Amino acid sequence: MKKLILALLISFATTSVFAGSHSPCGVTNGSINILANEFTTYRIFMDEVKSCAGPDADFNVTHSVDHNKLQVAALSANPAEFSAKLVTNGSITPLMNDGLIRPLDDLVEKYGSNLNENQKITIDGKIYAVAFMANAQHLWYRESILNDLGIAVPSTYEEVIAAAEKIKSAGVMDNPYAGAFKSGWNLGQEFVNMYLGHGGEFFKSGSAQPNVNNEKGVAALNVIKKLTELSNPDFLTQDTNAVKEEWESGNVALMHVWNSGAASLLDDEGDQDIKADTRLAPSPTVGGGSKPATTLWWDGIAIATNTSDENAEASFRALVGAASSTDLANNNPNATVWLIKGYTPGDTAGPVVDAASRGTTPYPSFPHMSLMHGALSTELVEFLQGNESAEKALADVEAAYIAKATEQGFL
Amino acid sequence: MPHKTFFWFILPTGLAMILFIGLPIVSSFFQSLHIETEQILMEVENCDPFGCKTNVRVDVEATEKLRQENPLGRFNGFGTYTDRNHLAFDEIGEAWNTSSSMSEFKDIVLNLPFYKALLFTLTFCFAVTPPVIILGFIVALSVNTLSKIIKGFIVFGTILPMIVTPLIGSLVLFWMIDSQGIIGASIQILFDDPNLSLKASSNLTWITLIIYGIWHNTPFAFVVFYAALQTVPQDPIEAAYIDGASRYQRVRYIVIPHLYPVATFIMLICLMDNFRVFEPIIGFSAEGVAQSLSWMIYQDLRNENKMLFGSAGATSMLTIIGIAFLLTPVLIRTWKEFRTER
Repeated sequence: MKKLILALLISFATTSVFAGSHSPCGVTNGSINILANEFTTYRIFMDEVKSCAGPDADFNVTHSVDHNKLQVAALSANPAEFSAKLVTNGSITPLMNDGLIRPLDDLVEKYGSNLNENQKITIDGKIYAVAFMANAQHLWYRESILNDLGIAVPSTYEEVIAAAEKIKSAGVMDNPYAGAFKSGWNLGQEFVNMYLGHGGEFFKSGSAQPNVNNEKGVAALNVIKKLTELSNPDFLTQDTNAVKEEWESGNVALMHVWNSGAASLLDDEGDQDIKADTRLAPSPTVGGGSKPATTLWWDGIAIATNTSDENAEASFRALVGAASSTDLANNNPNATVWLIKGYTPGDTAGPVVDAASRGTTPYPSFPHMSLMHGALSTELVEFLQGNESAEKALADVEAAYIAKATEQGFL
Repeated sequence: MPHKTFFWFILPTGLAMILFIGLPIVSSFFQSLHIETEQILMEVENCDPFGCKTNVRVDVEATEKLRQENPLGRFNGFGTYTDRNHLAFDEIGEAWNTSSSMSEFKDIVLNLPFYKALLFTLTFCFAVTPPVIILGFIVALSVNTLSKIIKGFIVFGTILPMIVTPLIGSLVLFWMIDSQGIIGASIQILFDDPNLSLKASSNLTWITLIIYGIWHNTPFAFVVFYAALQTVPQDPIEAAYIDGASRYQRVRYIVIPHLYPVATFIMLICLMDNFRVFEPIIGFSAEGVAQSLSWMIYQDLRNENKMLFGSAGATSMLTIIGIAFLLTPVLIRTWKEFRTER
């Protein structure tokens, strides 16, 4: 964890020098076709990738919030539908499981001389991805609303709930809290945060057997339930982007969303009064735990196995050019926490650095974690609607996971 | 038609059906009997910006070798069909033994993914089909009486819901029923309840989906009924008119009997269509509270990071069996009518 802070500190001190013999930018042969998630920071990053690729490059990018669902099928094809994919510590595992992304050591050696050591994601000694940003979900609040009611910035979820209840009972807002509770990946992620915050482990140690139906799981679910009761009644249909819209409409005073949301939440568009009143705070702890109830993420670039070496090199050059562009980082200091060399963190980097320094768990990268996340995505809804008990919901999660893990050969 | 002529007449269609319908079904069936080969895990050291630690990963080479040896995967027989995510025999057996009352048993069964999806699918089928037939008939009758000048426009307007892509149509409605959308906000004012949300409760979501289904399917029934209305013989209608039959009586005793076979046809198609309800669930983001069998197949193939072909194949087979069950009564009836007519 300390590495991240260290890296950020080092990046203050170092200045960018192009020591490598090969400049990555200005791609002339090979085609570049990238699959990526859809949010503002990625758009900013892709603009840089495109300009690095140059005007002569055959450049295509597909932004989709469904990137996780598309990636395995798209990269399994030979030749693959995309030559490169922006991955995270969550989405890289299904690709690794099937050997769909290639080791990058030779390309890094050729074009990656300007990368920080900690940008290189190594698995079993080989570089499989190059990270360019760190991300985490954390608390956001409206300063004036908290001040008016004399509420201190919450540092635990118990305080978040108390604060939201106070705002509601004061009649300021009907649904003062917001989180991405959309049934599916988002809802699963909320449980992952809360369960890790309670100190839970998803699998029995050393095996792929599930381990969520316990006291910590129940406690995590009960906190989520309380939060949803203070959220818009449509919470099961709201993903991160919908929550951000609620925030920008001034309907919400407290929310727990991604740090990278700053790129759109604090930009020049929309109601500037709300933006000026928006503050970022560290992710709260829960249930007396010491670690914040959130997960650490890195976002990086990976290259498909099933693409020609020429396309792989072209894609890597354009992407790594952006992933080592100090200008990109320092021109958009608040878009996210960049891991790029020479980056001076902006005002909004605090909560991520805080999460790292307090020992927050990175999102688990077990090969079978995506199956667990999938089971959480679908089986928790009925509990949140009050149709079944927390124990029953968690038993359903384990049963659904076991059925799928058996079919996939993990159990 | 002599058998030989019939054979040559049907041969091209038959071949195409075997090639494009029969073989894929057989292939899905074979796939549904298999599950993935075992995943071989190994311990490795991973390093990322947050530090280095030991983790497990899939041994790609060893797993790939196993996969090469058994491209279909491990043979699992009907194991996938009976597992928890499908027919769930074990879970139902256990529920039967442990539950103290029928309602408890019912709750446990309807909480299993397959039965939950089946319940919604059947509810949707049987709630949507009858109103579609009745509404389609009424609309066709009304349009038929219009003067020629405006008829064209009205027919076009009436079939619009069918022209709109289901996903787009449901998305448009999804935003209209949002608590800040025109329908959602109006309903809140109407019932004087600022927290009323059509998306929040499962009952209201089901009703929304069913109303959407009726809206989307009625034009189909209308078009078929409208075409059939043009074939109603005018002589008996005029005779009835002279005999002093009211409009209702003419419709009831002449038009409806004439359109009866058409209604059976519409019912058949509607039941089949509605049994594979899918797009509105995605459009209305209703996955949380309303799952259908088709949605389960989609979930297996798309929502998981890895495609569960076996599971999807099993659900497909069960869907085919479900449609067969559903259509049997209608088909038997049609067959009987066919025999009597001969």
